[in-house]
Order: sequence, then C-alpha cells, then structure tokens
Amino acid sequence: MPLFDQLYNFARWLTQNREEAEDLVQETYAKALKGFSSFQLGTNFRAWMYRILRNTFLSSRTGLRAASTVPLDSEDDGPELGVESETPETILTRRSNSQLLQSAIDDLPIHYREALLLCEVEEMSYQEIAELFPFLSAR
Amino acid sequence: MVCKSWTATLDTYLDGELAEEEMRTFDAHVHSCASCSSDALTRVQMRRTIQVAGKRFTPSGEFRRRVQQSIAPKRQRSPRLGWIFAAAAVVVLVVGALTSTYVGTRSGRDHVFSEIADWHVATLASSSPVDVISSDRHTVKPWFQGKVPFAFDLPELQNSEFSLLGGRMTYLDQTPGAHLIYDVRKHHISVFVFQERSLPARLDEKSLSPKNLSFNMETWSQGGLRYFVIGDASAADINSLAKLFKTGAS
Repeated sequence: MPLFDQLYNFARWLTQNREEAEDLVQETYAKALKGFSSFQLGTNFRAWMYRILRNTFLSSRTGLRAASTVPLDSEDDGPELGVESETPETILTRRSNSQLLQSAIDDLPIHYREALLLCEVEEMSYQEIAELFPFLSAR
Repeated sequence: MVCKSWTATLDTYLDGELAEEEMRTFDAHVHSCASCSSDALTRVQMRRTIQVAGKRFTPSGEFRRRVQQSIAPKRQRSPRLGWIFAAAAVVVLVVGALTSTYVGTRSGRDHVFSEIADWHVATLASSSPVDVISSDRHTVKPWFQGKVPFAFDLPELQNSEFSLLGGRMTYLDQTPGAHLIYDVRKHHISVFVFQERSLPARLDEKSLSPKNLSFNMETWSQGGLRYFVIGDASAADINSLAKLFKTGAS
C-alpha cells in the first residue's frame, strides 16, 4: 500500500496513541478509495493522502481537542512555549539525545509538531506543506 | 545587515527555500559571520537528529494485513458495482504505488542531494572545515587511504583557476566517503566521492538536483564511484571542476 509506513508514523505522532493511529490510517485509506474521483491524476498524490489523514484527524475528538489547545494564528506563543522568541527549532536545539528529542516533539503543540514532522521527517517542500495547510503561505 | 535579520531567515536557507539571489547573499554572509555559521552548523546537526528521532513508529504486520483486507474489493449485491469498486481499488493502488514509487525514488534521490547540500553548508560553517589541509593532491590523496573503502584520483589543477584547500571524511547514511574542498574566485566548492553501490538511493545520469537546492551541482558515476560537485560558484565553474575530475579519473 502506498505511503503506508509514512502515514502510520505521522498518525502515531498526531494521535499519540497506537489504536487511534491505526483507526486513523484505516479510515484514511477507506476515504481515499471512496473519494478517488476527486483526485486529479498528475497532481501530488502524497499531499492528497496526507490531507485526507490530517483532515480526518482534525475532525476527530482527539484532533479537535489538540487543535483547540493553541490557535494557529494566535500572536501569542501559548503557555506551552512560554518564551516569546521561542520556535520549535530553538526549543529542540537544547535537547541532544533521541529520547529527549522524541519527548520534546511529543510536547510540541499539535500544529508545530505537524509542521516539524512534515518538513524535517517527511522532507516535504514548503509548497507541499502549504497544500496541507491552505490558510498558510510558504515562508 | 545585522545578524538578527539573518537569524530569522536561517531555517529557510537551510531548507533550500530561498530565492537564488537571496541564497548567494546569505551564503556569503554565513562565510563571514562566526555566529551565523555556528548557528547553521547547529541547525544542520539538529535536523539530522530530528529525522532519525522522527521515524519512530512502524506499523505491525497484523495491522498492515487488516488494512489490506479492509480495502480489498468486497462482494457486492450488484455485480456491476462490485466491478466498479474493484476497478477503483486497483486504480488507487496502482496510481498510488507508481506515484509513491516515483515520489519514493525521487524523495530518496532528493534526500541524497539534500544531505550533500547540508554537508557542504555545515562544513563551510565549521571552524575547521578540513581534516587534511593541503593544496597538494599528492598529500591529500594518500591521507584517505585506509579511511575510505575505495581509491580515487584528484585532478591536476595547474593552469586552472581552482585551488585545493584540503579534505575530510564524510558519511552519507553511514556510507563513508571523501569530501574535498576547492576554491575558485572566493567561492568554495565541495567534491564528494562515494562508492556507488553503497549509496542509499539509486542515481543515474538523468538524476537532476531538485530545483529548491539553491546550489549548482553536478553528479556522475565513474569507475564504480559516485561524484558530487556542489557549491554556490557558477554553473560553468562547477562544470569545469567536474570535467577535471572526469578527465583525471579516466
């Protein structure tokens, strides 16, 4: 199945729960199959699948709860970040080993976690990431 | 421009998402600013660590089978609907497999190019970019013996505009290789040499560097070795140095 391992890894990071991640991935593939007529051949299949997964997650109970923690367009960094000038990168610079890093990624607010994973782990371009976050423009 | 402004752009620079002109300007700044070059090196190292840490979860075999079974075409009351459903499933899986194979191949290739670019940036930002400092190829070449599992030739640079600064060991996904640094008109160019068969992604003569790389690069395979020549020098200079290597290795 295309992108199965990558989607599962991403789903686990989003849901932080194995069972929920499995449900999310299963539902993603079911929706992709059902809605395949909406996919335009020649466009970015990977972005399309990730968009389905992400939208499915955000409309779930866990996703709604996670997304409501920090408003995406808020000018404040939110209680999780604390210091005004902190970014995901500056937080993670302070951690050095993998376990601490994984814990740090877990602790990031959901939208920061998504952006970091899509950019650094999935190596998506800004353009691809922007397709998943239609209200964002690439830096 | 003060460093505070550059710091805000650093991540975009390292992601290879700056416009070409901005990239050259930023590159020149990184070379001259100890603070920004140190920051760049730290960020590159952190990106690598994040990549490793981020690929944390793998699906179980049981779950994989369950999903495969769930999306397999089921028996329908209407045989016609059944055929339509089955056809859709086949199309999704085939298109997805072809696209993701292309994307996978391309992303594997892009990963290699991205790593090469990262090493080029990180090395130049380092306070000690080379482990063997010499402009003499007869000094640099033997230094690599016993350190890399292959032999390679360095070209004669007499009557060329290039000068050798030295070399260092490098690794591409744990594959050892040689990293040489050249200078041409105040531009640094990195030349990487690896064993072709040990590389994590398959590259061929048609492999083009991704458009967002923001460096000029040439790559080719010769004598079982894969060469990468990369830098912010002009494409003509990159090509000239590549030709010197190709001629020297033949």
